[in-house]
Amino acid sequence: MSLTKEQIAQRIARELKDGYYVNLGIGIPTLVANYIPAGINVVLQSENGLLGMGPFPMEGEENPDLINAGKQTITTVPGSAFFDSAMSFGMIRAGKVDLTVLGAMEVSESGDIANWKIPGKMVKGMGGAMDLVASAKNIIVAMMHSNPKGESKLLPNCSLPLTGVKCVKKIVSDIAVLDVTDKGFRLLERAPGVTVDEIKAKTAGKLIVEGEIPEMVF
Amino acid sequence: MNKVVTAADEAIHDIPDGATLMLGGFGLCGIPENCIAALVRKGIKGLTCISNNAGVDDFGIGLMLKQKQVKKMISSYVGENAEFERQLLSGELEVELIPQGTLATRCMAAGYGMPAIFTPAGVGTEVALGKEVREFNGKQYLLEHAFDADFAIIKAWKGDTDGNLIFKETARNFNPLMAMAGKITIAEVEELVPAGELDPNTIHTPGIYVHRVFQGTGYEKRIEQRTVRKKIENGVTG
Repeated sequence: MSLTKEQIAQRIARELKDGYYVNLGIGIPTLVANYIPAGINVVLQSENGLLGMGPFPMEGEENPDLINAGKQTITTVPGSAFFDSAMSFGMIRAGKVDLTVLGAMEVSESGDIANWKIPGKMVKGMGGAMDLVASAKNIIVAMMHSNPKGESKLLPNCSLPLTGVKCVKKIVSDIAVLDVTDKGFRLLERAPGVTVDEIKAKTAGKLIVEGEIPEMVF
Repeated sequence: MNKVVTAADEAIHDIPDGATLMLGGFGLCGIPENCIAALVRKGIKGLTCISNNAGVDDFGIGLMLKQKQVKKMISSYVGENAEFERQLLSGELEVELIPQGTLATRCMAAGYGMPAIFTPAGVGTEVALGKEVREFNGKQYLLEHAFDADFAIIKAWKGDTDGNLIFKETARNFNPLMAMAGKITIAEVEELVPAGELDPNTIHTPGIYVHRVFQGTGYEKRIEQRTVRKKIENGVTG
């Protein structure tokens, strides 16, 4: 069984460490906030100018002046702070944000990421993604292992325009957890019921499999 | 030092065709609604707009796009606007997409009197094409120039008659940076008070950067993505 989006988020949440400042991208990464382990305190950064992002507001308490980087209405938690966009990317560039979690259309075996443009089809823009991947100390990508046509999204080289080069450290896909190493993707964990052979077949880039690969437990 | 003008129409009266404008806001949060409406009324054309986003089809900068007033957009993300996409694909509209932090910092550089900055964002991507790359401490950076804008049009929460400004929550975003970067800066505020009434400790943008200020009216503050938790009777939320 491949992982649901919620399970991908849940698995990524296990990478959080107490005291981390974390930037969560749009989509599956946003769900990570729902699975922060007990006893772990993290501060969520929203790059439009907030540290200490809280959950969505109660119905009727939406504040149009208080949104996240996905333009969703949000709340703050005690100890939060607002700042302008230059300071926001200043703290990202200066390496103050411990972990960035974002989605990807493609990742290469050397850690390149493409997630902002499909030539001729999608021209939405990169938002803050290029700044984040160029500077974050630790980048985890949440993604589907294959596209809807069944083609691998973990490639020797990205075919789409790049967002950043040699920056992705870890991937949590719907079928596997992998580290990105100097030598390629290193398989760490399998989704429940997914075989190593299936992961091999669905990984176009170089895949390193060493020893027993444990199954994820939820 | 009174910088007060009556309303948006007076504030933008001398913006000519072909001007380069900065427009504050992130999505529809903290956008200068009154000035955008006045720009649409005035009908000036051939504008270059520097703004993180391009509004939605029927609000924000989307209103100016609909009137074909914009020649070029410089933004980081433009995904919420079908008319924008149509004009882009048909070649009517020129667009320069740049990383959000680069956009913010190029505003900041202009406001701090620095001609350029170095940033790692975009190294090794098509954003780097034609740009100087320099290595510092083993890492590569792109040289990016400070913006040169004729007018900065921004929105603040509170302002005084000297042009001192305070922003609210995430409606701050690009507003204070653009305020510093315009040759002429126009600020619309939700609440305008006499100089001396705002605590100087709380000022985000000192009035030296602001040339014209007025109290806006009828703010819609549209929400792009209304996301809520449902109230459940026993007090537990889901």
